[in-house]
Amino acid sequence: MKYIDPHIHMISRTTDDYQRMAYAQCAAISEPAFWAGFDRGTAAGFHDYFRQLTEYEPRRAALFHIKHYCWLCINAKEAENVSLSREVIAMIPEFLSKPNVLGIGEIGLNKNTANEATIFQEHLDLAAKTNELILIHTPHLEDKYKGTRMIVDMLKNDPRVKPHRVCIDHVEEHTVKLALDGGFWCGMTLYPTTKCTPSRACDIIEMVGTDRIMANSAGDWGKSDPLAVPELIQEMKRRGHSEADIKKVVFDNPLTFWRQANNWKEWPPEPSLNGAVPQPVKAGY
Amino acid sequence: MNPLPAPRALEQFFLEARCKLLDLAGILDRVGRGADLDSLTADARTEKIHKALGILMSAAPNKAELIQKLFSLAYDPEWKRPSPRF
Ligand SMILES: [Zn+2]
Repeated sequence: MKYIDPHIHMISRTTDDYQRMAYAQCAAISEPAFWAGFDRGTAAGFHDYFRQLTEYEPRRAALFHIKHYCWLCINAKEAENVSLSREVIAMIPEFLSKPNVLGIGEIGLNKNTANEATIFQEHLDLAAKTNELILIHTPHLEDKYKGTRMIVDMLKNDPRVKPHRVCIDHVEEHTVKLALDGGFWCGMTLYPTTKCTPSRACDIIEMVGTDRIMANSAGDWGKSDPLAVPELIQEMKRRGHSEADIKKVVFDNPLTFWRQANNWKEWPPEPSLNGAVPQPVKAGY
Repeated sequence: MNPLPAPRALEQFFLEARCKLLDLAGILDRVGRGADLDSLTADARTEKIHKALGILMSAAPNKAELIQKLFSLAYDPEWKRPSPRF
């Protein structure tokens, strides 16, 4: 089954991973700007990173016929440095018209500090001015519940935010309803030890349904699995869920969310087996 | 989204549950074998693990959610939000 991984940090992965993802029928990915494992010292470092996300990485993905999209921001961890964050935020508009940019992300909170909240709001200000989609990182472990509540508070506190243009990521059992009940999209991250397993992600889908929910690997420089989404597909099959339900979660939902992006271009239709060319589905939502 | 019938779910996941219980038992034994065990009685994480085991023994239909909340920091609804700049 073709799938989309809507959250994976390919700059930290090898070309062999692209190869394996292609074998597993990955059609497209999106790569949010994130923490590189160390704090960058200058805005120029982020400028180079944004060029990597918008110029180089799409070409590497294309070698494997995987479509590459990205999100731009300064991540929550480095947002603790407010002056650097403001320099980076000021630089983002220069990249927003690049064809693979879907919006602002992954913004969010890390340790739920006042500085992180300030910079989160300033990203919301930018997204409101430029009418961009928003992808949100929620904190890890013991900070997640509190941080997700704070993020939802800030989103609801800003009348410019349109919930159907926001995806709240890394939701788990205790935060998924905060996102869905607010009208937002949500993502479950299949990541060893600190986040969701494919089995628990399948449990969550059984409990909340398949509307406005997607799954990703968040594959990065940590021990993580770029083939986690195919593992969820297997788990859902093992539980007897229909192809249509599975496809909705791993393909249709991320695509529907992405289609709202300002730079969105419909994918060329793929010829069907009998040679008839199917019509592209209209952008919806 | 229909979950598996309960007997089938048990059939399908019994070995996995057994394996994970053994993993957990192994971790608790490992901690228990180490020196300085007494210092852990004051460690909040010890109490959290015991409370989580209590949740597992309960009939709650949302055990995973309850354990997540047990391991979560408290949220203050009055926290000072930044203001949007229009
Ligand atoms: Zn990420």
